[in-house]
Amino acid sequence: MIEINNISKSFKGKQVLFDISGTFFKGKNNLIIGSSGTGKSVLLKNIVGLFTPDLGDVKYNERSFINGSEQDRKQIRREIGMLFQGGALFDSKNIEENVKFPLDILTDFPEDEKIDRVNFCLERVGLVNINKKMPSEISGGMKKRVGIARAIVNKPNYLFCDEPNSGLDPQTGIKIDNLIKEITSEYLITTIIVTHDMNSVIEMGDHIMFLLEGKKLWEGTNDEITKSDVKELNDFVFATQLMKQMYLR
Amino acid sequence: MRSLGKYFIFMGSLFTRRETFSTYIRLITQECINVGYNSLFIVGIVSVFMGAVTTIQTAFNLVSPFIPDYVISLVVRDMAILELSPTIIAIIFAGKVGSSIAGELGTMRITEQIDALEVMGINASSYLVLPKVIACVIMYPMLVILSIFLILLGGYFAGTLTGILSSVDYLYGIRYEFIEFNITFAVIKALVFSFLIASISSYKGFFTTGGSLEVGKASTSAVTNSCIAVLLADYALAQLLMG
Repeated sequence: MIEINNISKSFKGKQVLFDISGTFFKGKNNLIIGSSGTGKSVLLKNIVGLFTPDLGDVKYNERSFINGSEQDRKQIRREIGMLFQGGALFDSKNIEENVKFPLDILTDFPEDEKIDRVNFCLERVGLVNINKKMPSEISGGMKKRVGIARAIVNKPNYLFCDEPNSGLDPQTGIKIDNLIKEITSEYLITTIIVTHDMNSVIEMGDHIMFLLEGKKLWEGTNDEITKSDVKELNDFVFATQLMKQMYLR
Repeated sequence: MRSLGKYFIFMGSLFTRRETFSTYIRLITQECINVGYNSLFIVGIVSVFMGAVTTIQTAFNLVSPFIPDYVISLVVRDMAILELSPTIIAIIFAGKVGSSIAGELGTMRITEQIDALEVMGINASSYLVLPKVIACVIMYPMLVILSIFLILLGGYFAGTLTGILSSVDYLYGIRYEFIEFNITFAVIKALVFSFLIASISSYKGFFTTGGSLEVGKASTSAVTNSCIAVLLADYALAQLLMG
């Protein structure tokens, strides 16, 4: 479980996050949704430690990430896997080296054990026989899947996904969503996903936080989101004709 | 001043939260190949032609019959050791290696590869930049020594094959009143210049924000700033060690 308490963040005097608190649950797909530029990715980066919040705290199973010791932070980081928007695969390494990288850095497993684990993770995300290919030789969807394989290779307790299906066609996007959903329940990971894709919200959102202009406006479950009376949330959820036809008959 | 402060903080961050020694050995070896071995061709070509041109132009300017021929190779030698090899090759090194470092780090920054390292708990600046700086500081003095040799070789061929001076005069000239400290001076310059080029280029690349346009700007800025720093350091070192 991850708790965030009163997170505020500003850049060059411009405040982008205002006093955000919330809880993200273990074994659930916790979604942070909102329009573009509303602070979702900034919030995620504050949670994983890429940014330090101006105010507030982030707790991983009661362990403070912001105010904890360097040793605590190091341990928490070992338990984190992250899928970036563009995959963020290392261009100079092939697929196998990319997926193996966290094991090389964070563990002292024998080489053959590492390779077995890499192959298992690649198979788990549906990729075989691409170990020696370079990131530039595979498609965007495959990069995302390799990114997921790299994120789970060290058996993380926490998985973070920044717009996992952006830039993908709807079918591939759904495959990625389903994969994250399966992995979350299979390994009982606390997963936090940043998205503005309503398809993902409907398909995989167990617990959802809605942000607007850097403020938390609503928090609830997948079932509750279509029945909310918050106007801004409804405007976001029912922005497409498809959603209107499905839920507002 | 703000950038200068940020640069020094960045340099300090290279030595905090370091990885294992074996990791650095592997990375430094790889970087030595990237910055040293891969620069051999351009350094070789430039050095040989600099030596040839310097010999011909020096001979063209020394028209007095009272000046012996060996002075030509003596001038080429001192120019090569004191300025051409350490400084001119540094400008070329900044163009090739500096822009490559800034481009690589800038691309890693905008494609979130640096963020991926940080999320894994790796100090990205130490992991990515320290091996590049160390590799440059190791390899560049070697390139400078090689360049001095190739300038003298280029000058030898240009001088003897065109009949400007005899082989005996050329070899006598490059040994005449040789000051050993000049080699030490060239190596000191090489160490300082390589550190400046690697660190400034890394700094420019590491803090790139935006997109591909900004990566291009970071590369250009890395080369420009490195060249200015090299020239300022060149003057300072000349004043300090020879003035």
